[in-house]
Amino acid sequence: MNAPENGSGTYPALSLNVEGLACARGGRAVFGGLDFQAAGGDAIELRGPNGAGKSSLLRLLAGLLPPAAGAIVWTGGAETSRPALTYCGHRDPVKPWLTAREQLAWWRDLEGNGSVEAAARAMGIGPLLDVAGGLLSAGQRRRLALARLALAETPAWLLDEPSVSLDEDGAALLTAMIGRHRARGGLVVVATHQPTGLPHARTVNLGLDAPGGADGA
Amino acid sequence: MRPYLATFRRDLRFAVRHGADTAVVLAFFVVAVVLFPLGIGPAAETLAVIAPGVVWVAALLATLLSLDRLFAADFEDGTVDLFLTGRTSLLLVVLAKCAAHWLTTGLPLIVLSPVLAAMLHLPAAGYLMLALGLLLGTPVLTLLGAVGAALVLGARRGGVLIAILVLPLYIPVLIFGVLSVDAVIHAADPWPHILLLGAALLAGLVIAPPAAVLALRSAAE
Repeated sequence: MNAPENGSGTYPALSLNVEGLACARGGRAVFGGLDFQAAGGDAIELRGPNGAGKSSLLRLLAGLLPPAAGAIVWTGGAETSRPALTYCGHRDPVKPWLTAREQLAWWRDLEGNGSVEAAARAMGIGPLLDVAGGLLSAGQRRRLALARLALAETPAWLLDEPSVSLDEDGAALLTAMIGRHRARGGLVVVATHQPTGLPHARTVNLGLDAPGGADGA
Repeated sequence: MRPYLATFRRDLRFAVRHGADTAVVLAFFVVAVVLFPLGIGPAAETLAVIAPGVVWVAALLATLLSLDRLFAADFEDGTVDLFLTGRTSLLLVVLAKCAAHWLTTGLPLIVLSPVLAAMLHLPAAGYLMLALGLLLGTPVLTLLGAVGAALVLGARRGGVLIAILVLPLYIPVLIFGVLSVDAVIHAADPWPHILLLGAALLAGLVIAPPAAVLALRSAAE
């Protein structure tokens, strides 16, 4: 039962530079002129009202969307411009017909390494490992989806409303996991409506009345 | 290789746990073929003439029926985003998914085909060529179908759209598949047709996965 924790050692140096970034969806401008910088160890909170473009910004950073203008410059990390990253969207990629163990093992084989049991423990779903995804509650599914982070050896995490449907315990486990990730020099960008409670998190405001980015303490 | 083998195994596991999905495709194949003797009459000589074409057309339509499960579920739950943002080669992921799809759709169709051919009074000389043609042709159906399945992601009434997109592309496979059986029944040389099917398979292996990857990328935008 006492498998070692996943993930040790520090990530290669990482920095993110967003310059004059603009996003358009279906021909409609969502945001523009966004500038912010981040480096390994940082936590960025994306704030803004519904439709401000928080999810779109995460998808831009993940490389799933092309920018309408401006640039996203990653340095450090892998040899290509974009480092290895893990994107957790608002949908949980959990299959109803796989058990939690099989689901985690597949994610590990796909893009990570480490122990499935330790990953499950990191999100407090150890006892659910042999339960099929279709039988999990929304919160348990979300915990399983986030347990992927404990398997992925990726320096950049992009999380879209990760605490939705998590209980207090789950949110605390997520905060602890993000803390370990940052201590290793990892970067995390979180789109959120509630304050995440991450220490020294910087806020990037997206919004119709606050078009630029602003840094807070 | 580990990510691709794992994806292949995962899709096989789906086919085993949702055996009904495969069974529906095979049942459709059988029922579609059985309708022809009922509609045309039991005359053995008539049925023998149309047998290769009927089996091939039914195999085409049965494959079509199975294509929506190739990417649709992975797209809806965000697994495609995971493929696109990961470090794994999406090209090989698509190939692994196609391999699993063929193994759970194309191969069972080939196994069933001699039974259906016998029911349609296909001359015994044609059985082996029918199976060989299907062996080369059904992977092409899967590969071309993967492009169609990726293109219609996010579209309304994708099932109808995919038929319109993919069936015209299936025509060459149908023609060479049927011609090879006809040739061997009439003691002609079937090998040019078989070689063309093989060429179609090689072309499909090269062209279809990159096209499906492009379609997946644009669907995720």
